[in-house]
Formats: sequence, structure tokens, C-alpha cells
Amino acid sequence: MSHLGYAAGMDSFQATIDADGRIEPRDAMPDGYRKTLIRQIAQHAHSEIIGMQPEGNWISRAPSLRRKAILMAKVQDEAGHGLYLYAAAETLGVDRADVLDLLHSGKQKYSSIFNYPTLTWADIGAIGWLVDGAAIVNQVPLCRCSYGPYARAMVRVCKEESFHQRQGFEILYTLCNGTPEQKAMAQDALDRWWWPSLMMFGPPDSASTHSEQSMAWGIKRHSNDELRQRFVDMTVPQADVLGLRVPDDGLSYDEEAGHYRFSEPDYTELYDVVKGNGPCNQERLAHRVKAHEDGAWVREAAAAYAEKQALKEAAA
Amino acid sequence: MIEPLWEIFVRSRRGLSHTHVGSLHAPDATMALRNARDVYTRRQEGVSIWVVRASDITASSPDEKDEFFDPAGDKVYRHPTFYQVPEGVEHL
Repeated sequence: MSHLGYAAGMDSFQATIDADGRIEPRDAMPDGYRKTLIRQIAQHAHSEIIGMQPEGNWISRAPSLRRKAILMAKVQDEAGHGLYLYAAAETLGVDRADVLDLLHSGKQKYSSIFNYPTLTWADIGAIGWLVDGAAIVNQVPLCRCSYGPYARAMVRVCKEESFHQRQGFEILYTLCNGTPEQKAMAQDALDRWWWPSLMMFGPPDSASTHSEQSMAWGIKRHSNDELRQRFVDMTVPQADVLGLRVPDDGLSYDEEAGHYRFSEPDYTELYDVVKGNGPCNQERLAHRVKAHEDGAWVREAAAAYAEKQALKEAAA
Repeated sequence: MIEPLWEIFVRSRRGLSHTHVGSLHAPDATMALRNARDVYTRRQEGVSIWVVRASDITASSPDEKDEFFDPAGDKVYRHPTFYQVPEGVEHL
């Protein structure tokens, strides 16, 4: 405890934030800052590991050994990203097991995008290109988040995500230069994933509940609508290269502003999927809980072995 | 059953020191090393890994950082820039 007590720590919290410095795990911080970060980092971690499911669905059916090896590496990365993030959340004083319980009991959410099914191989391309593309737009500013462990985890994640997006684009580019049926499959995937991808940036600024405080704390650097615009500006020219049509009749380029104008996504769908009514909500959560329970014997065996070795060492 | 927390340090290449990269849970040191390899060196980020039980680390307290690091505060003469070098003097 400093001689000035708790208040001195709080002053230095605000001073650090104001100077665009980084807050580290054992620094004094307001309760709300800690809670907001725990919630955000935990839900980010949940999204990474739930996100393994829609893609894992296609590992055994990947069209070539090369595609299969790439997809396995990508899904393994998502597991790793989940672990970086759970570790970052734990620096704020929560236990990973408790945070996982909150996911399993449905008390904490994950990104709604993973509640949509992967119906064809082109969906794996669309996820890499659009979903990982949107994730990168969201995550790059988080590399400068005011909380050190979260920012550092994001630097690692962003480095790794860039191959994810490229492999997705490559899958679609190959399909688009294949047979008419393959190109139609790619178009169908874009038609289904475009709007859910736009919704990944969250509700419009006018309806976003957490944004203002998060901006003031340096957790969030740009508004939802700013990031959504950035994503559309990046992605539409890429769709042109693929020769695919973005499924938005209201899409046009505003020469003067240098931005694409696009229609507003149907946010009632977003709220509905968040509430649990997406096509795959129940399946995703049930699978996660089952994987956790099925793996219990491995954790127990490893713990029993560690205990036995420790006893042996103590006796020697 | 609570798996202990381990702090992970990776030497990225020979000639550099081990750097903290994050943490993970594992039942023992051997498993911690294997998990650290899979979590933190999937792209050949390291040539050597240290794992340390988080509970074995003693850290300075951020609350005391002013007093704790105070002694170095008024000793600017420990830096070469403190000294005036007369014009024309080289290799000093």
C-alpha cells in the first residue's frame, strides 16, 4: 500500500490511461474496468474455441491433403488463440475453470457468427475471407488496448490470423476460377455469410451500450460503425477480384467520400441469434460441453500421474 | 482438481534471453513444457522454453513502486550523459 493509500493508485490509473500507457495485472484499477475486461476477454476466448466447430466440420472432407493440412493448422490456431485469451483473463483474477463454466451454462456469450452452419466447402473459404477478415479489423486496434496482457495476446493473434484470411480467399479464388457449379457455390457462400459478417461489428453506434465507457478506458479505439465501414471498404474490391456479387442492392461507391455506401444489416436477426435462436446455438454449446466432459478423464489421469511423481520425488 | 498455473518463457534464438510470452495450466512441469511448445511455438518462435510455476514467482508490488525504485531516482551520475565532455575530446 502506498503512503497515500488506494487513491494514489487510482490517480496513477487515470494518469496512465491519459498518457496512453498500459495497465498491467497488479496495478490498481477501477472495478468497472476490471469487470469489463474480464467479460470482453472471456467472451473473446469463448469465440475462439467455439469457432473451431464450424471449420472442424470440414476437416475430414477437405478436397485435398494440402487443404486438409491447412485447415487443421487453422483450427489448431483457434485453440491457441483461445488459450492466449483465457490466460490474459486470468491475470485479472478469475480462474479459467470458472470462466469456462460461465460459457457452458450459457451465462457468457461468444460471437454470434459461429451459430451459422457450414453447408459447403465454399463456406470454409467464406469464413476465412469474411469472418477472419472482420475479426482482423476488430482485433488490430485491440493490439493498442490499454490492458497490457490483452494487447500482447492480440499482437500474437493478429500475426497468426493473416494466413487464415489468405487461405480463405485462396479457396474462393480457386472455386471462382473452376466450373460454373463451383463458382455458384462460392456465390452462395458469400450470399449467406455477408450479412452475418457485417453484424460481427456489433449493433450500430446509436444502440451500442458499452462503447462510450470502453472508449474512455482505452479498451476500444474505434466505434462499431467505423470498423464496419473499414471492413466494407476493404472487402468489396476483393469480391470484384473474385468476380462475385456482394448481395446488397444498396451498395455503391461514393467517389467524393472515398467510401462504399451500403445497406444497414437487419439487426433484429443479430439480437435473435444472440438470444439463442440462431440455426446452431444449441448444437455448438452441447458439443462444447460434451468435449469438456469427455476430456475429463485425461485431466484426471494427468493430475493423478503428477501427484504420484511428486510423492516419488519426495520419498527419494 | 485445479491444475497449477505456469509462466512460460521462450528464447527466440541463440544469443537472446528468454522472454515471458504468457501462461498456461498443466498438471506438472513436463506437461507444461509440452503444452507450451504447442501453444507458444507453433511457428518456430523458439529454440528453448522455460516453464516456472506462477506460485513460485515473487514479484515487487506495484503499490510500493515509488519507494521501492526510489534509490535510483537521484543518481543521474550513473549515466554517461551526466558528464560534460570538453570540446575536441574524442573516444571518451
